[in-house]
Amino acid sequence: MNTSTLRRAIVPGVAALALAASLAACGSSDDSADSAASDGSSGAAAGGSLSGTVAGGGSSAQEKAQESWRAGFGQANSGVTMTYDSVGSGTGRSNFISGAYKYAGSDSAMTSDEITQATKACGGDPVEFPVFISPIDVAFNLKGVSSLNLDAKTVAQIFKGDIKTWDDPAIKALNPDAKLPSTAISPVHRSDSSGTTDNFTDYLHQAAPSVWTSDHSSDWPTTSGESAEGTSGVVGAVQGGNGTIGYIDDSGVEGTKLGVAKIKVGDSFVAPSADGAAAGLAASQLVSGTPATVMEYKINRTSTDPSTYPVFMASYEIACQSYGDANTGAVVKAFLTYITSADGQKAAAANAYSAPLPTDVASKEAAIIAKIGS
Amino acid sequence: MSITTKPESAERQDVAGPPAVGRLGDRLFSASALTAGVIIMVTLGAVFVFLAVEGIDGFHADRSVFEPAAGNFWAYAGKLLFGTTLAAVLAMIIAVPFAIGLALFISHYAPRRLAVPVAYLIDLLAAVPSVVYGLWGARTLASAAQPIQTWLGEHLGWFPLFSGQVSATGRTMLVAAVVLAIMIVPITTAICREVFQQTPRLLEEAALGLGATRWEMIRMAVFPHARSGMVAGVMLGLGRALGETMAVAMVLSASPLVTLKVLTSDNPATIASNIAANYNSEDNRIQTVLIATGLVLFVFTFLVNFAARLIVARAERKLA
Repeated sequence: MNTSTLRRAIVPGVAALALAASLAACGSSDDSADSAASDGSSGAAAGGSLSGTVAGGGSSAQEKAQESWRAGFGQANSGVTMTYDSVGSGTGRSNFISGAYKYAGSDSAMTSDEITQATKACGGDPVEFPVFISPIDVAFNLKGVSSLNLDAKTVAQIFKGDIKTWDDPAIKALNPDAKLPSTAISPVHRSDSSGTTDNFTDYLHQAAPSVWTSDHSSDWPTTSGESAEGTSGVVGAVQGGNGTIGYIDDSGVEGTKLGVAKIKVGDSFVAPSADGAAAGLAASQLVSGTPATVMEYKINRTSTDPSTYPVFMASYEIACQSYGDANTGAVVKAFLTYITSADGQKAAAANAYSAPLPTDVASKEAAIIAKIGS
Repeated sequence: MSITTKPESAERQDVAGPPAVGRLGDRLFSASALTAGVIIMVTLGAVFVFLAVEGIDGFHADRSVFEPAAGNFWAYAGKLLFGTTLAAVLAMIIAVPFAIGLALFISHYAPRRLAVPVAYLIDLLAAVPSVVYGLWGARTLASAAQPIQTWLGEHLGWFPLFSGQVSATGRTMLVAAVVLAIMIVPITTAICREVFQQTPRLLEEAALGLGATRWEMIRMAVFPHARSGMVAGVMLGLGRALGETMAVAMVLSASPLVTLKVLTSDNPATIASNIAANYNSEDNRIQTVLIATGLVLFVFTFLVNFAARLIVARAERKLA
């Protein structure tokens, strides 16, 4: 009697332990996924000739785009498993340098130190180019106002706290027809470190240097003001209050009722758009002095061409030219070819509201990808 | 807690003597109890070692890692510890009287027909995941409480806690404390209820027979009997408040700073929510710092629990 009840308790217990052990085994095999990348190289897979598992990770801004890329790439190459951990750009780059990731996504370009380290890790110049362009919206929630024109100086003053109410003369001057209330302005910024903040502060610093004196940074430069975690957090905070304003990735604003400010470029006011962001990247200069396989942009936020939208982020993909085994190289090459292709960019645009790469940028990237694995 | 109970049960096993030893069930039970006790100790030790080893570099990280919040680790951790304590204390101020009242209502005041479903509902509150509380707090409670906070700011602005520019979104320390309080209430209520019900019937009836009112009976018979259980319940609640991560991270508009104003947009961050918000940071040097702040929280929680046990032990000695 006693023992039978006990047995009834023990059997599921043992089963649970066995399950835990097998789960732990799964977990550890996940870690070594990169080393096992070439395990399946001999067996040709059903769709496409490639196979194996390739691990990557980094920028969380790329997460949605990476999802659609993995789905699209997986359809054509059913034998390949690509993984992407959105652990943050900094961790993505350091894991790439340590070799844990075979490719990495990063919201900011590698520093020259990191390029040196990556060169050592890759045994040759690393590959780096932008793959994900996303406009950043200045979104607001103000009763009775649905459209708003702002220029760089005003945006900087609002986020710095110099302009405190919506009926401030500086805002009135830009919006002569709007009925602006005397509601207090509550600017909302990201509480977590993010590429969105980095690019937004870069815009403020480049376009309104007299107001925004601090350099660009992925962490908000002050500890004061309303803050919220992640894109969804900022969307929630801006929606939750009256008189709020925030900077949000275009994909986050989609489907909300928030107003989106038009930004002054040259003499006209430009609404955020994928095309405008792509034109903005096309109008930017490549950083010189990097290896030929590294395409880093110094983004020009002060263009006066009204076809460009200056507040956007360009997120990079980082990889090696050659890997220890040819199979990993072939998989990475095929994957990068796919994500920079028109199809891949379209998939990301549909899923993450990103901007397709400008054609001349895409063709330069294709030339770099051609060098991988050769 | 489990550390102190383990040797006791082992001793009891020895005292129980020969007849129990032979049976398979007894041996299995004693072995599994011992294993559970040892595993808890080893886990605690392993967590401490992990935090210490991984966080050691964080104590003297580069100044630029802490900016603009602070200049060095201790200032940074101190500000976060302040926020953690403030949120927990405010939550306890709201939750503890509420939980004790609720527990008394269930154990001594409500008719049985009402007490059972109420107790059941409160237990259900404990099953709601903290991320749901966070979503509800950030999306609904914050905007719903915004007019109330505006009123508090306008009429009671002279009171230091309520001074300053009231937040437009309502995502303030006050709302975070309310959300935390709602999360604490079920744990504290459940434990208080149990210990209140353990009061010997004889004591209660004696008090009533001597002419005490129901409240006097509770004060003289129930509370003294339940004191250590109440402290245990409050401590469990405090533990949850100190360590709560997602709900605070989602509700609170926060950064490491020191302020007592609970209605503004500038709120002190808590250690746990700060770890959640910044662990995936662009600058990954912050990770060792965050682990080191985790160590600070670990030690702090340990000390608070230790102090509470000490107070209870002293109070009980006085009572005896």
